[in-house]
Amino acid sequence: MGADDFTIELDGLTKSFPDVRAVDRLSFKVARGEIFGLVGPDGAGKTTTMRMLAGVLAPDAGSARVAGYDMTRDPEGAKQHISYMPQRFGLYEELTVDENIRFYADLFGVARAERETRAAELLQAAGMVEFRSRLAGKLSGGMKQKLGLVCALVHTPEVILLDEPTNGVDPVSRRDFWRILYTLLDQGVTILTSTAYLDEAERCHRVALLHEGRMLFCDTPENLKGNLDGAVVSVVCAEPRPVKELISGMEGISTMMIVGDGLHLVVREPGRMIPELRARIAAAGLEVDSVEEVAPSIEDLFVEAVQKKKGEKP
Amino acid sequence: MNGQPQAVVVQDLVKRFGDFTAVDNISFEASRGEIFGFLGPNGAGKSTTIRILCGLLHPTSGKALVAGVDVAREPERVRQNIGYMSQKFSLYNDLKVIENLRFFAGMYGVNQADAAERIAWAVDMAGLTGREHLLTGTLAAGWKQRLALGCAVLHRPPIVFLDEPTSGVDPISRRLFWELIHRMADEGVTVFVTTHYMDEAEYCNRLVLIDRGRIVASGSPLELKLKSMEGDLLLVECDQVGKALELLQEAPGVTDAAIFGHALHLVVPDAERAIPEVKSYLGERRIAVSRIERIRPTLEDVFVSLTSLKGRREKEQA
Repeated sequence: MGADDFTIELDGLTKSFPDVRAVDRLSFKVARGEIFGLVGPDGAGKTTTMRMLAGVLAPDAGSARVAGYDMTRDPEGAKQHISYMPQRFGLYEELTVDENIRFYADLFGVARAERETRAAELLQAAGMVEFRSRLAGKLSGGMKQKLGLVCALVHTPEVILLDEPTNGVDPVSRRDFWRILYTLLDQGVTILTSTAYLDEAERCHRVALLHEGRMLFCDTPENLKGNLDGAVVSVVCAEPRPVKELISGMEGISTMMIVGDGLHLVVREPGRMIPELRARIAAAGLEVDSVEEVAPSIEDLFVEAVQKKKGEKP
Repeated sequence: MNGQPQAVVVQDLVKRFGDFTAVDNISFEASRGEIFGFLGPNGAGKSTTIRILCGLLHPTSGKALVAGVDVAREPERVRQNIGYMSQKFSLYNDLKVIENLRFFAGMYGVNQADAAERIAWAVDMAGLTGREHLLTGTLAAGWKQRLALGCAVLHRPPIVFLDEPTSGVDPISRRLFWELIHRMADEGVTVFVTTHYMDEAEYCNRLVLIDRGRIVASGSPLELKLKSMEGDLLLVECDQVGKALELLQEAPGVTDAAIFGHALHLVVPDAERAIPEVKSYLGERRIAVSRIERIRPTLEDVFVSLTSLKGRREKEQA
């Protein structure tokens, strides 16, 4: 890929606040047409990174290029190519859905003919057509988030920055949201989104996991799966506690967790371990419904990757 | 459980606001020591139900018993029997850890003799030993969450309500938190969880899914995945996923399609018949399929298929 194919480039980006280094030497590149996810807990530095990329906060050190503009030297030049949706998007609660969209279209200088078709498409995709004349203040949380996205996307930017756009949004609306984002990718848009929902990482082309301002790793969800040493085994049973105690000494089990319908284990050699587990549990007279390999969740993969990383750098 | 009173009993519960029915005749029970998950889309009636169970809202009709107390008749007594913790739990950030604990012990009316012991217990449980005098605002999210849990159960309530308890917490702290919750449940505490996070739902023993004020499914996470979805789920890996998604949404025989990075999830009535059909449908439109197979649905697939699809179909029929 040539240099022009990266629409977002961070190099050693750093920002400190009086009592904390919020972003610590962050470097990564996002290619045109990619959805890149910043994942991490509260306080990891996601919002600070977003704000620097949007040109509303100056970094202490390092550089950021967005849509070809150096964000420290020419943040104003970049702004018309960026759409930034902060966590609290400024919707006017006393205006209707349509009026909010019109307001943002004016702000972004979108031509009248274009805005009508675009708004109609976006509202359709968001499942909000029948709410066009409702006051924004009367919408549910999920609907408000979707309206924020519609307003942010009423112009066609090169780069879209979304700060935890699906926070508090139910799974149905979240799917609407992602559907809209994917249709934009086909138009060559680049999307950087942050989320605290681990399962959303699965929907991104690549993800970076942030922790206390640093990037722990950055990879595709598929490659993350290759990181798992072994497999996740589900033991379905009504009384997981005694099973956990029974097998806790067994070699080859790296993680044990009680979940809603039993136990989840990470084991090194599932082919050998599963029959061994069954035999051990049966010999102890404990009752289980099944012992089988299941697909690892993205959380399993994160935990594994974080633990591995810790092992490398003690 | 035999002979033991249920921790939560909801019978034919209805709540109307004007001509809008927020809760439409629902019934369910949660046993002692159960981790019970209450799921549903925004506006499904979840919060209304929780507010009724906490004695904050009077039901229009029907009955709700929490720890044996009728919530409509004795709302104050209900509140002594429950703990409540939400994602935006109001810990005081400018108070020290120990001051927050003392404050909540006072609020919940824990008597002096008990308070010291309960506070020591909460500090230990949250892993905050040695950090008692730190300002709460300076704690990482995982610790705050465990402190919030400690504050919510200082008065030893038999039932705890948790609202998206681990949102914004790192994956390792999150596992620690659920380990604590499962231990509390082992000791007989009933845990009532509401959430939009399907990975939180996985930690529940039993789930009830509500939509438009009605219960649409219930069972263990595994039962829901195996039994409650109408049709089969296919995983499809192909090139031009964005275009494939658009095409498949319109394709005959596809009930729903969603995108996951480089792959699609399709809901179809019958996997065996659909696999060759989807392949040739995409092939005819010059999209090459590299992988297509039936997979076990995730809780999110179940959730979406039971709520949005049903709604869509009802709308079409209307």
